[in-house]
Amino acid sequence: MLSSTSPNLRAEVKNLSFSYGTKKVIGNLSMPIYENRITALIGPSGCGKTTLLRCFNRMHDLYSQAAYSGEVLLYPEKLNILDPSIDPIEVRMRIGMVFQKPNPFPKSIFENVAYGLRVRGIRRRSFIEERVVKSLQQAALWNDVKDRLHTPATALSGGQQQRLCIARALATEPEVLLLDEPTSALDPISTMHIEELITELKKEWTIVMVTHNLHQASRTADYTAFMYLGDLIEFDLSERLFTTPKDQRTENYITGRFG
Amino acid sequence: MSREIFSSEEFDFAADLRRRKLIDFLFSVAGMLSLMLALITLIALLVDLSSTGLMRLNADFFTNFPSRFPWRAGILSAWVGSLAVMFTTALCAIPLGVAAGIYLEEYARKSWFTLLIELNIINLAGIPSITFGLMALGLFVYRLNLGQSILTAGLTLGLLVLPIVIVTTREALRTVPRSVREAAYALGSTRWQTIWHHVLPYSSGGIMTGVIISLSRAIGETAPIITIGALTFIAFLPHAPLTGEPPFVSFQWLSDPFTVLPIQMFNWLSRPQPEFHVNAAATGLILLLLTLVMNAGAIWIRYRFRKKLKW
Amino acid sequence: MAQKLSAFTSPNHPIRRMRRLRELLIEFVLMAAAASSIFITVGIIYILVSESLPFFDHVSLKEFLTGTEWTPLFENAHFGILPLLCGTFLTTVIALSVAIPMGTVAAAYLSEYVHPTAREILKPILELLAAVPSVVYGYFALLFLTPLLQKIIPSLPGFNVLSAGLVMGLMIVPYVSSLSEDAMRAVPLHLREGSFAMGASRFQTVFRVIIPSAFSGISSAYILAVSRALGETMIVAVAAGMQPSLTLNPLRPAATVTAFIVQVSMGDLPQGSIGYRSIYVAGLSLLFLTLCFNIFGLWLRKKFQEQE
Repeated sequence: MLSSTSPNLRAEVKNLSFSYGTKKVIGNLSMPIYENRITALIGPSGCGKTTLLRCFNRMHDLYSQAAYSGEVLLYPEKLNILDPSIDPIEVRMRIGMVFQKPNPFPKSIFENVAYGLRVRGIRRRSFIEERVVKSLQQAALWNDVKDRLHTPATALSGGQQQRLCIARALATEPEVLLLDEPTSALDPISTMHIEELITELKKEWTIVMVTHNLHQASRTADYTAFMYLGDLIEFDLSERLFTTPKDQRTENYITGRFG
Repeated sequence: MSREIFSSEEFDFAADLRRRKLIDFLFSVAGMLSLMLALITLIALLVDLSSTGLMRLNADFFTNFPSRFPWRAGILSAWVGSLAVMFTTALCAIPLGVAAGIYLEEYARKSWFTLLIELNIINLAGIPSITFGLMALGLFVYRLNLGQSILTAGLTLGLLVLPIVIVTTREALRTVPRSVREAAYALGSTRWQTIWHHVLPYSSGGIMTGVIISLSRAIGETAPIITIGALTFIAFLPHAPLTGEPPFVSFQWLSDPFTVLPIQMFNWLSRPQPEFHVNAAATGLILLLLTLVMNAGAIWIRYRFRKKLKW
Repeated sequence: MAQKLSAFTSPNHPIRRMRRLRELLIEFVLMAAAASSIFITVGIIYILVSESLPFFDHVSLKEFLTGTEWTPLFENAHFGILPLLCGTFLTTVIALSVAIPMGTVAAAYLSEYVHPTAREILKPILELLAAVPSVVYGYFALLFLTPLLQKIIPSLPGFNVLSAGLVMGLMIVPYVSSLSEDAMRAVPLHLREGSFAMGASRFQTVFRVIIPSAFSGISSAYILAVSRALGETMIVAVAAGMQPSLTLNPLRPAATVTAFIVQVSMGDLPQGSIGYRSIYVAGLSLLFLTLCFNIFGLWLRKKFQEQE
């Protein structure tokens, strides 16, 4: 299934099942996440792709009826981040997330990016400033905002806000960056810029991205996972999955026969 | 053609429609009259109090103690007392109410315990204010030996307005959308960090609105304060909270006897001489303006905050 | 540079324990604050009951409930609570007969007839009516309304129940109108549209569709208004006089349960005396009444909610 020059593993999902209350949302799913690559999760509404994404940073722990079984291993230590003995707070400090609708805090641009550092107890001003500048540069937002770092983040445009959210997630140097339909709330030009940004980002970061835009997945992602009704139907290099899918259901979805 | 459906009676649709429209119109007039009546009452209150009491509002009135002579009597002890009691009330109700609101909205899970607390708060909001006075008399004044003091008054009113603070705090917290909380959590915040750094600051407008409304309610409360024994003829002020010598702050004032504005008004109103009624009108005017301004202020704050934080 | 966690901490790691401890402590403090509200209710019931019980060593329950004179502070004391209950009943009925119709009509008008921007201004103005201190209303009843009414009814005494009741009614209107209006506006649009689509007028829609559907919320508003009326003190203390009398005539003075408590509190009472205890008994009766109404209200609300 994978070529012999496969990159390093950064994370691995092993026999993951997830249920919310009595409803089973993900059933026995396994897949690799490769370092410095973009892995896209695609599938029709309700297939569990966002649910899977949120397992990576234990967001489900915030809601009481969530139940995990199986493992999500973080490499190189091979630690299962779903293990109950591991603090979800610490998981979230190592894994970053950008949400579908840009959600900057109603604070200044600087404070938005600095927040992740502050919750860790980092107080040294110079360090925070350095990091904020670096993250904003990586998110291709620095030039737009360098003169107004202390103005409200809510004054930015939609595309800028999303880049701010990306900068905010990058500031803490996450080991995996999770993107939940990052461009679905944006206009086509902003979408294009963000896609370019994501492609740049993979040089330094490992990215898992949920998208319902198939073209986006085939354009940007290195690997694509197709999910349906909570199961992983197919996982492959994007160019192989989109041109020669192995499963009939994958083909039906890609060609628009359903979903 | 429609007439053929009704064989024996001829149903006059046009007349029925006219009748229904008339009723509709009359009802809207009734509605408008109800609203007008409310407005007129407020205006009549203001006008009546002003016409009698406005002339009494000079500097003397504010700096004199009560006296046997109506033209010499003033509200100094009353407004200082009101200030001191309000301060104590705020100190009691705000931390307790906001904390309870945070717990119920952010931490509490659905359990019998939570349900009990919520039912209890709804129940408390419906208990007559004089009942709080009775409880305070038995508990604070006698059993806990706090005496008929400013502290007792502050505690009593604080407990009285607690449900208001709790409910408005919860509503304010609810306006902060889930997406902001999730963004904070995703960066590795603990629950308290999320609340302290995000949820509370963004809902502070709503919380402040609730605090002001509860204080404006407390400032006009008379019955519970009478019950715990506020005296009506106080010709002295409580001890000052700031002193000239170390430790520079004194808590003596908390245990001092006191009076408040509504009680002073009630006292003057109970006298037969019409000159005292003038004083009562003046005090009433002050009270009315105070509560109206506070409520208007609260509404304005809520409006400004809603404009500022558009989610 | 800050600690880059290369491995996750074990549950016993000091950082982890500190964090958990801090969060638990905060949660505990907040929970205590929430639970304190229960202690308030417990405190009220405890004090009222414990101070009232000794009263019944001196006075039989029968005399208390059926006696027709209430003069606890006299030499020849009588302890029948009926006069006070009568006073409370009378003022409440008068107040509600103003507040409920006016409040409901105002609510329907605001909800269905008024333009949204006008509503934003009118609704707060209506709510201001409830913000006025009750002693100010007392003044209004005694020195404005009573003289006015005396022009129409020359035999009206200076202290009378009618004045107090009417002003109390005005004060309570916002309690009825605010909650009723919320309930009416919460009625789903499709119900309204269904009625209009059949050619009903606005009035018919209000009375046949909206009020019935919103009735659980409206009945809550009514119950709240009743509670407020039962517990009102200062308006009656100022304007209705403080003479307990067993009468259903609003054109005479009367005392309510609440006015009695205030009157006694203003005097000097040795703690533990029968006079002192009588205010607690009065308070307990009032609490019992309001509790009954609250429970009735909850039952009513539940019943209407099931029908929706």
